Amino acid sequence: MAKLPKVPVVIVGMGWVGGIIAAELTKAGIQVVGLERGKSRSTADYFMDHDELRYARRFELMQDLSKETITFRNTESMRALPMRSYGSFLLGDGLGGAGSHWNGQTHRFLPYDFEIHSKTVERYGKGKIPEGMQLQDWGITYDEIEPYYDKFEQMAGISGESEANPMLGKRSNPFPTPPMKKTPILQRFEEASKKLGYHPYMIPSANLSENYKNPDGVSRAACQYCGFCERFGCEYGAKADPVVTVIPTAMATGKLEVRTFSNVTEILHDGKKATGVVYINTVTGEEVTQPADVVILGSFVLNNVRLLLNSKLGTPYDRKSGRGTIGRNYAYQVNSGHAVGFYDDEEFSTFMGAGALGMEFDDFNGDNFDHTDLKFLHGAGIRISQNGLRPIENNPAPQGTPTWGKKWKETTLKYANRVLTVATQGASLPWKHHYLDLDPTYKDIYGKPLLRITFDFEDQDRELTKFLAGKAGEVMKEMGPSHVEIKDKLDPYNIVPYQSTHNTGGVIMGSDPETSAVNSYLQMWEAENVFVVGASAFPHNSGYNPTDTVGALAYRAAEGIQKYLKQGGMLA
Amino acid sequence: MPGLKLGNSRKPARSKEPDESRRKFLKASGMTLGGLVVGSVFGGVLTDSLEKKHAPAPAPASSKPEASLQDALMFFNQEQFKMTEAAVERIYPEDENGPGAKALGVAFFIDHQLAGPWGYNARDYMMGPFVQAQATQGEQSRLKRNEMFTLGLEGLKSYCQQKYQKAFTELEAQQQDEVLTAMEKGDKFPMRGVTSSSFFKMLRNLTIEGVYADPLYGGNRNMNGWKMRKFPGNQMSYAQQITKEGLVQIQPKSLQAHMSE
Repeated sequence: MAKLPKVPVVIVGMGWVGGIIAAELTKAGIQVVGLERGKSRSTADYFMDHDELRYARRFELMQDLSKETITFRNTESMRALPMRSYGSFLLGDGLGGAGSHWNGQTHRFLPYDFEIHSKTVERYGKGKIPEGMQLQDWGITYDEIEPYYDKFEQMAGISGESEANPMLGKRSNPFPTPPMKKTPILQRFEEASKKLGYHPYMIPSANLSENYKNPDGVSRAACQYCGFCERFGCEYGAKADPVVTVIPTAMATGKLEVRTFSNVTEILHDGKKATGVVYINTVTGEEVTQPADVVILGSFVLNNVRLLLNSKLGTPYDRKSGRGTIGRNYAYQVNSGHAVGFYDDEEFSTFMGAGALGMEFDDFNGDNFDHTDLKFLHGAGIRISQNGLRPIENNPAPQGTPTWGKKWKETTLKYANRVLTVATQGASLPWKHHYLDLDPTYKDIYGKPLLRITFDFEDQDRELTKFLAGKAGEVMKEMGPSHVEIKDKLDPYNIVPYQSTHNTGGVIMGSDPETSAVNSYLQMWEAENVFVVGASAFPHNSGYNPTDTVGALAYRAAEGIQKYLKQGGMLA
Repeated sequence: MPGLKLGNSRKPARSKEPDESRRKFLKASGMTLGGLVVGSVFGGVLTDSLEKKHAPAPAPASSKPEASLQDALMFFNQEQFKMTEAAVERIYPEDENGPGAKALGVAFFIDHQLAGPWGYNARDYMMGPFVQAQATQGEQSRLKRNEMFTLGLEGLKSYCQQKYQKAFTELEAQQQDEVLTAMEKGDKFPMRGVTSSSFFKMLRNLTIEGVYADPLYGGNRNMNGWKMRKFPGNQMSYAQQITKEGLVQIQPKSLQAHMSE
C-alpha cells in the first residue's frame, strides 16, 4: 500500500460541503487535498444535456449502483434487501456531487427547527411529543447559524424576495439577486393563496435571475428557463453548482489538490483521533494511505454514516438501549400530499421552467400554526413549481382513465399542457426505530458492508399529509381548474417511486455527546480532528429543501476547522 | 400519418437559425462577464460565431425517417421484433392525433435499449443473494432486463398459441387488447423469470420512453411524439417566452440540432 506524505487537511467527497470547506480553508492559506470517488466535470459535459432519457430516466449523473448501494427495510421484522436500481432517492457522484443535479431551491429552516424540542415542550407540554419520537434541539440557534446562511446565499447568488416571507427568521442581508420571473402560473397561485389569507413568496433560487459576480469574484450567467434542471447539469453554469462556484475559487488559490477516482474506504484512527484515510485509486486499483491532521467527511448523508461505521469510528447507535450515536435519527421527507388541477379550457407552457422556479407559503410549516388539536407536529411548505414538465415522466390523466391504449393516448395528449399541481413538502421527524446501520449480508465491490436503512412512515406523517393535502386542495380549487384531484393518503414507505433526495441524519449535531455525534462546529465528540458535515448532521428534517442548511453548516464547519488547526481541542 | 398537421415530415421546417437563441443569450450575458468566468460550455462557440459573422446555417440533415440505414436490429430476432412492434402499437395506437408507437419507431427504440447498458443492468446492483422482496423493496431479480424481456415475449407467445392457436401478430386488434389486459392483470398468464404484470409494466414504460425520448435513440420519429403534445424538445432558452400567458407553440428541435452548431 502506498503511503503519501501527511497533509494538513483531507476532505472526503467534493460536492457542496467539500467545495465550500476547500474554498474557505485554501483562501486562508491552508493546504487541502480533496478526494472524489467519481470523475471530474465541467459545463462542457452538458452539451447534450437536454436529454430526458439519459439524465432523468437512466440517471447519467448518479452513483453507479453496480459498485455500491444501500439496503432497505420498513421495520426490524423485515429482511433488508438492496436497492438494485434507482427509485425513491438519487445519489450523486463525481465532482460537484448532488450539487450538480439539484434543482436549486434554497430555503432556510425556521428558528423553530433549531430548537424544536424546547419550543414544542414550551408551547404544548411534554405530552405532545408521542412515545418513540426522538425530537432534539440542534445545539445551535437560528441566530447563530444566520451568518452562515448568508455566506452560502451570497456565494451562490441566491435569487429571492427578501421581505416577502414574514414567517421566517430575520435576514442580515437581502438576497444578492432579485427573484426569478413571476410567470402567469405562479401569479395564479399567488392570487389564490393570498385570497385565502396566506403569505406566498417566490422560492429562493440558485438558478440565477440575473448575471452575478460573487464575493469570491466568480461570475456566472443568468438562467434561461430551459426546463432541464433537476437530474441535469446546467450547461450555462446558471445553476449554482460547486463546479462553477467554490471549487474554481479553491483551485485559484493553488492550495487545493483534487484527486478524482479516489474512493475512500476507511478513516484511520487510534480510537481518539484520526490519523488519515485509506482510499482506492479506482483507475489503478491501488490502495493509498493519506495521513492528515484533520479529516473532513463531506460526502452524501448515507456515505458519511457508512464510512464511520465501516471505520469503527464513533459509537454505533443501538436502537434497543438508545445508546450510541452513529446512525441515529435517520429522517426523510413527507411529500405525498398534493392537489392536481385539470384545465379543460386552458393550456399552459408547463414545459418551460427552472429547477427553483416556484412560489410557496409557510402558513402551515413548522410551528407557524396551532397544533393543539392536531395529531401531528411540524408541517409542510405548500407550493407550486414550474420546473419544466418533460414528456416521458409527465402524462397526466384524471383518475379512472385507462392506463394505456387509445383512450389513454387521447387523454394524456389532451392534458399534456393542461395540468397544474399544488404540492406539499413536509417535515420528517425522528423516531427511535428509524436508523442506519451496517447490513449483515450485502457488500460493495470491495467487500465492505452496505449501509442498511430502517425506515417507514408513521401516523404523524399520515396525519400531516391528510391535513396539508386538504390545504393544498383549497388553493388548487381557488386557481380555477375544471376538475381537482386531491391525494391525501400516505402509503407505507416504498423505495421504488421517486420521492425526494432529502435524506437526513445519522451523524447528528447537538450539545450533548450522549445524544449527538457532532457539536455545533460539526466536530465529532469522539474524535476531535474529524468533522462530519452535511445533512447527516440534521437531527430531523424540516418542511423545506435542505441545501441552504447544508451550505450554512459547511461554512460553520470551515470556521471551526480553522480554529481547530490553530488551537486544537474541542470547540464546543 | 393521418391527422398530424404539423409540417411536412420530409422537410422539417427550421423556423430560426439553429443557434440563434444561443447567440442571443451569449450576447446578453457572456460578453459582459468579468473576473473568473466559469459558466458556459458555449464560450468557444461565442468567439467562433463572432469571427465567422453570418456564417451560413448548415444544411438541415436529411430526415426521411422510414427507410433509415439505422433501422436494423441489435438485440431482437425478427419474430421478437414484430411481436414487440404489434404490442406497443396497442399501448400507443395510431389515431386522429397522429402516429402510433409502430410508426414512431418504438420497437427499434426498445431493441436498442435492451442491447445497451440499461438492458444489461450495467449500473444496477446485481450481487446476491437474491431473495423474494416485500412490495416496498423493489425488483430483486437475478435476471437482466433483456433476459426478462425475452422471457416475457416467450410467455406472450405461448399464451396466444394456447388460447387462440395463433401468433400475437395474427390476432385482431381487440384480441390483442384482451391479451395485454390479461397480461397486465397477471391473470393466469404464466411466464418464466418475470411476472406478466411486471413484464407489461416494462413494456408500457419502454413504449412511453420510445414515443417521447429524443429521436437519437431510434423512437419519436421526426419528433412526431413531441409534436402531438406540442412539446418543443431541446430549446436553449425560454427566458423571453416564459412570462407569456397560455401555451406558446414552438417548432421542436432535437439534440441533433447541436451537431451543426
